Amino acid sequence: MGHMQSLSRRAFVFGSAAVAGGIAFGAYGSAEAAAPSADGNPLAVGLGPNSVTFNPWVEISPDKITLIAQHADIGQGVGSVQPIMIAEEMDLDPGQFEVRFAVPSPAYFNTGFADEFAPFVAADQSPAAEEARAKSLEWLRQSGLQMTGGSSTLPDTYDKLRVAGAVARETLKAAAAKRSGIAVADLRTQSGHVILPNGTKIAYVDLSADAAKIPPVLDAKPRDPSTWRMLGKPMMRLDIRDKVMGELKFGIDLRMEGMLYASVKLNPNKGQPLKSYDATKARAMPGVKKILEINNGVAVIATNSWYAMKAVDAIACEWAPSVYPAEQADHWKVLESSFKPEFLGKEWRKIGDIETGLKTGTRVEAEYRAPYVAHQPLEPLNGIGLVTDKGMELWVGHQSPRFVQYVAATAIGLKPEQITFHNQWTGGSFGHRLEYENVRVLAEIANQMKGTPVKLVFSREEDFLQDIPRQIAIARHRGSVDKGRIVSADLQLASTAPLKGLLERSGTPSKDPDGQLAAGLWNVYYDIPHFRGTSYEAQGLSPCTTWRSVGASTSGFFTESFIDELIHAAGLDPMKARIAMCTVPHYRKLLETLAQMSDWKGPLGNGRGRGVAFVESFGTPTAEVVEVTMTDRGIRIDKVWVAVDVGKVVDPVNFENQVQGGVIWGLGHAINCELTYAKGAVQQTNYNHHEAMRIYQCPVIEVRGLENDPKVRGVGEPPVPPAAPALANAIFAATGKRIREMPFNKFIDFV
Amino acid sequence: MIELTVNGIKRQVDVVPEMPLLWVLRDELDITSAKYGCGVAQCGACTVHIDGKAVRSCQSHIGEVAGKSVVTLEGLDNKDQHPVIQAWIEHQVPQCGYCQAGQIMQAISLLARISKPTDEQINQVMSGNLCRCGTYPRIRAAIHAAASRKMAEK
Repeated sequence: MGHMQSLSRRAFVFGSAAVAGGIAFGAYGSAEAAAPSADGNPLAVGLGPNSVTFNPWVEISPDKITLIAQHADIGQGVGSVQPIMIAEEMDLDPGQFEVRFAVPSPAYFNTGFADEFAPFVAADQSPAAEEARAKSLEWLRQSGLQMTGGSSTLPDTYDKLRVAGAVARETLKAAAAKRSGIAVADLRTQSGHVILPNGTKIAYVDLSADAAKIPPVLDAKPRDPSTWRMLGKPMMRLDIRDKVMGELKFGIDLRMEGMLYASVKLNPNKGQPLKSYDATKARAMPGVKKILEINNGVAVIATNSWYAMKAVDAIACEWAPSVYPAEQADHWKVLESSFKPEFLGKEWRKIGDIETGLKTGTRVEAEYRAPYVAHQPLEPLNGIGLVTDKGMELWVGHQSPRFVQYVAATAIGLKPEQITFHNQWTGGSFGHRLEYENVRVLAEIANQMKGTPVKLVFSREEDFLQDIPRQIAIARHRGSVDKGRIVSADLQLASTAPLKGLLERSGTPSKDPDGQLAAGLWNVYYDIPHFRGTSYEAQGLSPCTTWRSVGASTSGFFTESFIDELIHAAGLDPMKARIAMCTVPHYRKLLETLAQMSDWKGPLGNGRGRGVAFVESFGTPTAEVVEVTMTDRGIRIDKVWVAVDVGKVVDPVNFENQVQGGVIWGLGHAINCELTYAKGAVQQTNYNHHEAMRIYQCPVIEVRGLENDPKVRGVGEPPVPPAAPALANAIFAATGKRIREMPFNKFIDFV
Repeated sequence: MIELTVNGIKRQVDVVPEMPLLWVLRDELDITSAKYGCGVAQCGACTVHIDGKAVRSCQSHIGEVAGKSVVTLEGLDNKDQHPVIQAWIEHQVPQCGYCQAGQIMQAISLLARISKPTDEQINQVMSGNLCRCGTYPRIRAAIHAAASRKMAEK
């Protein structure tokens, strides 16, 4: 790890600005000439008279200004921070523009995946790493991968949306200069207007027709952060008021003229078809209009959602059996026997000579387990679909608009371009809305109900049964300590492959080893002379997918628990040892900050305990201290301290909320959640069986955002992975008991 | 026909009496702040007030609500100035926001009974309201702030 070279901050900034300018704006040329085309500006399609669009994110008509939120809003604040990044540069105030979600288009490909897809650990800023990232960026551009995920809201759009706003601002100024005859240098902008030297104000909307006639000013530069009015300062999220007032319409709240309601019962043996069914009872129930057979189940069409749910519940179905083991114990057996060469994913990283290293000093070995877990955002899967002779229109909240087109079209024999997709505000996701259960089923139903809009709502039970879970995994870690230091760590895990599964279901299968199984396994930044990180991909188990923080949600627990065991075996302090071993200067600074914040004086003991964990995921280094007390009612979590380095804190209030939410997500699921299979179906079908954290268990969570990383990083997922190991390490400190398997409540009680 | 009062307005619905109030509000009356989350009183997203008391509307059969007065978040008196609403906005509580109408209706009910609740009292009353995004620290802070604001108004 000592071989890492840091590219200077200056060199990075230059490179990134060049990249953003070239990719985002090179293709569009003059706004007037921007013809509708597959790879052009989608806003140019259907632009009204006297209106202008400068790029895929800004549209100005004589009536209004519309800014595009490129990503899906799954509660992380996309619908606010993305338009505000544009508005900052355009000198627009909240209330002066409307926000719309992006349509499916390759113009909205996600640049933010470039780092995650390149085979280098995040802290590696060497020229070779940057070159690989440039290549993966080019691949992303060519593939047009439009997806919300991987904590990429800011990494993807921090540069391009500010540039988009700057281009709009400078072009509006150029239009005003042309109209007034005053030099651009003498014009300024403020609050939605271009201001002439004599104080005359011209509203942007009044310049739209003029701006459409001139070429956009493509070399406009975003402003220096020191001049920001809104960004980087505590600001009000644009969606807060509507959400608090109960006025925001989520996908599930929409209603169309003449709409009917659907609910479904699908084969709980995931991916398998319906064999037969008996709907005699359901047909006679109130409100029922129709019973439909679909590929993997049945649907009831009724006059409201509740009638549909009650009736579908009364249908008796015979299902084709699962292709994965019917019983949970056999899932574990498959994993146990997957540590073999034929299941090798990849040996991701090798340092020193691991076999020699393991023979030095005292050996430590441990096995860890992480179960299947459900996503279960509070808004169940839903959507509205309407099929006509021309194609299908659908209203659904989803993270991958172009894949939605592909999946819906494939389900009913249409072409993707025949699918018109309207993205919706969603009641959470955590990875759930990257999958397609509702999309495929809705297409099949709407296709049988041509001409009638149908609203599909999954019951909570059905949502649980069809939830494609987080990967299940076993880790078998070995290591050694000698003379008060860690000599070796050989990290091996066998797991189902979450990202590979998702890509396959998205119509873009990959033969490469699943890179998410390296997350939290190979990006270990401690000076350990002999190190190896290896993944094995178990075959024939339940389909799995990305769950908030994906691979790192399991590997982070395994790695940081095992490092803690090694540190303990070496007789070292868990915090001091991590700081001393840390090879990346600004990551070390992060740990030092955490030690200071938490006033670290050791892991405590005698019924009280403190645990620390440090995981970098999606490029964002995050370290946490959890403090617990062993009470007569079980473990109580007293307090959590979190330090996160995101390079730039763009939306500070939301940043804190996201970090706290990530910690709560990580702790809650580690304490009490798992999905287990019996007879091919999961046994947990509502929140009483899969509860996660409630307010009574929620500790005080103190958050610090650092800005030392050379890149702007995301924060939706990175606070999750350190939470479970920090808690397990704290429980060890308090009780002497090592918990090596989630959920922890199988082994110890919690208050 | 079943008659009830929702947000001060008399409404009639033609549904079976077993139908939960939640679905009557959402699908029959197009009042959507109360959300479907679990259907079995595990999440609290459907919380509304019936005759001034916070209840899970997914568990209230419409036949039993007949003649009673239902208030949803939409129908709060002087909503813009409501101390709980204001505290929720000031603290920027929501992330996805899906559970928040239920949280707010539960919190209003809590503050009507206990004007200055302790953390322990907040835990007891609010633990039936699930938030998958994890906004609990802000919910707690907003309840304390709303309590102080209500005290100051008196």
